[in-house]
Amino acid sequence: MSRKDWGIFLGTMLLIGIFPWLVKPFKAVSHYIDIMVFAGIFTLISIGLSMLMGYAGQISMAQAAFFGIGAYTSGILTTRFGLNPWLVMPAGMLLAAVVAWLLGIPALRLKGHYLAMATLGFGVIVHIVLSEEVNWTGGPSGMADIPSLTIAGARLTSEIAYYYLVWAAVFLVLLFCFLVLHSRVGRALRAIHEEQTAAEAMGVPTARLKVQVFVLSAVLAALAGSFYTHYVTFLNPGSFNLMWSIRFMLMVMVGGMQSLWGALLGTVLMTFVGNEWLQVFADFEILAYGAILLVVALFLPRGLVSLISQGFGSRKVRPSLADGSS
Amino acid sequence: MTGTITDSSAPILELHDIRMQFGGITALKGLSYDVPLGIIQAVIGPNGAGKTTLFHCISGLHQPTSGRILFEKRQISGQPPHRIAGSGISRTFQHVALFKSMTVIENIMVGRHCRTHSGFWATGLRFPGMRTEERQIQEKAASHLEFVGLEDAAHLQAGTLPLGKQKILEMARALATDPRLILLDEPAGGLNMRETEELGELIQRICQSGVTVMLVEHDMNLVMEVSDRILVLHYGEFLAAGPPGEIKDRPEVIEAYLGEQ
Amino acid sequence: MIYALVAIGYNVIYNVTEIINFAQGEFVMLGGLFAVFFVGTLRLPVGVAFFGAIIATGCVGFAMERFVIRRARDASVLSLIIITIAVSILLKGTAMFCWGKDPYVLPAFSPGGPILFGGAAIQPQALWVLGVSALIVICLTLFFRRSIYGKAMLACADNPSAARMTGIPVRQMVLLSFVLSAAIGAAAGVVITPISLMEYDRGALLGLKGFGAAVLGGLGEFHGALMAGAILGLAESFCAGYLSSGYKDAVALVLLLLALFFKPEGLFGSSEAAKLKEF
Repeated sequence: MSRKDWGIFLGTMLLIGIFPWLVKPFKAVSHYIDIMVFAGIFTLISIGLSMLMGYAGQISMAQAAFFGIGAYTSGILTTRFGLNPWLVMPAGMLLAAVVAWLLGIPALRLKGHYLAMATLGFGVIVHIVLSEEVNWTGGPSGMADIPSLTIAGARLTSEIAYYYLVWAAVFLVLLFCFLVLHSRVGRALRAIHEEQTAAEAMGVPTARLKVQVFVLSAVLAALAGSFYTHYVTFLNPGSFNLMWSIRFMLMVMVGGMQSLWGALLGTVLMTFVGNEWLQVFADFEILAYGAILLVVALFLPRGLVSLISQGFGSRKVRPSLADGSS
Repeated sequence: MTGTITDSSAPILELHDIRMQFGGITALKGLSYDVPLGIIQAVIGPNGAGKTTLFHCISGLHQPTSGRILFEKRQISGQPPHRIAGSGISRTFQHVALFKSMTVIENIMVGRHCRTHSGFWATGLRFPGMRTEERQIQEKAASHLEFVGLEDAAHLQAGTLPLGKQKILEMARALATDPRLILLDEPAGGLNMRETEELGELIQRICQSGVTVMLVEHDMNLVMEVSDRILVLHYGEFLAAGPPGEIKDRPEVIEAYLGEQ
Repeated sequence: MIYALVAIGYNVIYNVTEIINFAQGEFVMLGGLFAVFFVGTLRLPVGVAFFGAIIATGCVGFAMERFVIRRARDASVLSLIIITIAVSILLKGTAMFCWGKDPYVLPAFSPGGPILFGGAAIQPQALWVLGVSALIVICLTLFFRRSIYGKAMLACADNPSAARMTGIPVRQMVLLSFVLSAAIGAAAGVVITPISLMEYDRGALLGLKGFGAAVLGGLGEFHGALMAGAILGLAESFCAGYLSSGYKDAVALVLLLLALFFKPEGLFGSSEAAKLKEF
């Protein structure tokens, strides 16, 4: 990774780190921090989705479903069986991984629009299951009293504690993904995205890699789900439906599909927009989302990140191997 | 992958009655041929003769409708392309399928994929083995870059290169997979005379380094100049085979080409 | 059943452009709601409303192609999918804006109670559904097989540049396919509303199940769509007896997934088309 990449990484980390102090002057401090907690949780999902869409070139409309799988697994295992939330998190991630693997192997043989529909169908099925299995999930009226996370005995219930926890996780995941992208795997993914046939002919096992990225995106979504569960301590299937999958896609697209920073930027932006400024529209939020998605897809397919990098006159932001040393 | 041929007269590639059918069209009709080891084997024929289809079958993009392809005495027909690449066959494409937004050296590095194996965990967590491997990838890629004479372009975006250099880059990428057989699909297409000459010289150097070359090409001068043997296809069938001097005088070959005009 | 009609809508657009139009379900929804508007607000007779709704939705299809799809013709498959998704959301939002969230009903096309048929009671409206579906399929098959326009449209999907060179106005064909598709969807929507009501968010699920029928029958095969639609409808009704209503919806989706995974060419498509789906 180049020095520029490290610079952006540390700079963003710094910014996130001091954010709570930056907003102190404003009255609604805890509200803003609360929004940023959600932004952080959603960023975990966006990073995975960005790897899938921007690098492997695949569409998944099932991220909300994986989010839900992680969330409900954490919720059910901690409330029903009283297990330690930290130990349960890997369980949700594992389940999501297995499901994604089973779904991915046949689905990723298919081209573009087929996978989108397959994940769409799967996402809706999961939503239905979550709503119908009232005994396990509490159905549409939800599941409550989910315990919060504890670190060394201290309960993490304040927004600020959760804020740092979630964003620490985000930066760890970002680091991991950046390192993957700046390597043989990353090059292979970009190759698949550009010229799949040629990549295959050069020995890249395209189907296998696509499944792996899909699994990664599902695992990250499930992790986000677990964090979500223990923060809001209340679950309801409405948070894991198709519209949410589309929202996640929008977050990635607004920021820029081919850039992990784009995913972060897009997610933070859209989370704020969704919470603050779209409240005005109330029910017509759908309309606004549709309009934004359309505009972005038509006129700004590379997202905001491409505008920013053009503004600075540099190349489009993408992993560079200029000096090659890691 | 380990099979080295001790008997130097054994063919590196054997085509047994290859038939390739797409719906109503039969592109290859029962083609049988053995490609000798260590030579430059040209495959020529009028348009529609099935040459590129043959390459697609060998490299695994298509599975032959019937027939078998043996590489170094082991069956490869029916295997996925990346497995065949791993076994030692590489190729270039007629329409230059480079990874245009990646740099020149990155393109070649992708070629090393099948000879390396660090996965998500190893790369994400930067295991020591992975760092060594990464260094080796770069060194190898650099040496292939040098072999084809593109060192100066290492960090340019592949899509910005002129066509002649793109073709050469594609060959370097294919060489990076350490193949024992390389398939070149119309490498001279769109090149001027000087570029074609340099191409011919490069092809000969590749063969001298121990890689068997199969060449689909329309430029007859190049074919006559570099090939050791020529296979002529016509409407998906075997028409003739032999050394260049002999082939160019065969009446049936001349007729096939004249008939096309 | 209506799934067949929705599937046919997908097939029309796919046959001409190789695009899967995610907004197909919304056309159905719009058809139903437009008809409700014509009948309820304008007090027009049902027959007129039927055609009115078809025309109105056809205009929406026209607008969609003309202003949106046309801009994006060169976009990647990814972008195109996202664009059709975006349009479907927009249509849904607009519908909610115009009609609110309540479900609406239309009077049945012909009066009278259920007809007894060999021990089973069939709603006369159901017969209308079958009749309209059959009629549409017949008309479309004739259109695509016999008429010059139809064949031209098929040529566009196969090879747009070749089609353009032989003088076929590809742009207009694409436009026509969207309008046609919207009209068919609308017809389905109008015809089904008397039986099962219509509200602004029915589009997504209908569209998804219709897609299931389209894939099951083989993308692009009209007869396949009809058969698959019938199969899907029957499967769903059958399971409705055993499963809760929520899971009933899942039946069609599960079939869709199974079809995609095990037989992407559908029951009636060609396996050649399926090969193109590898890599």
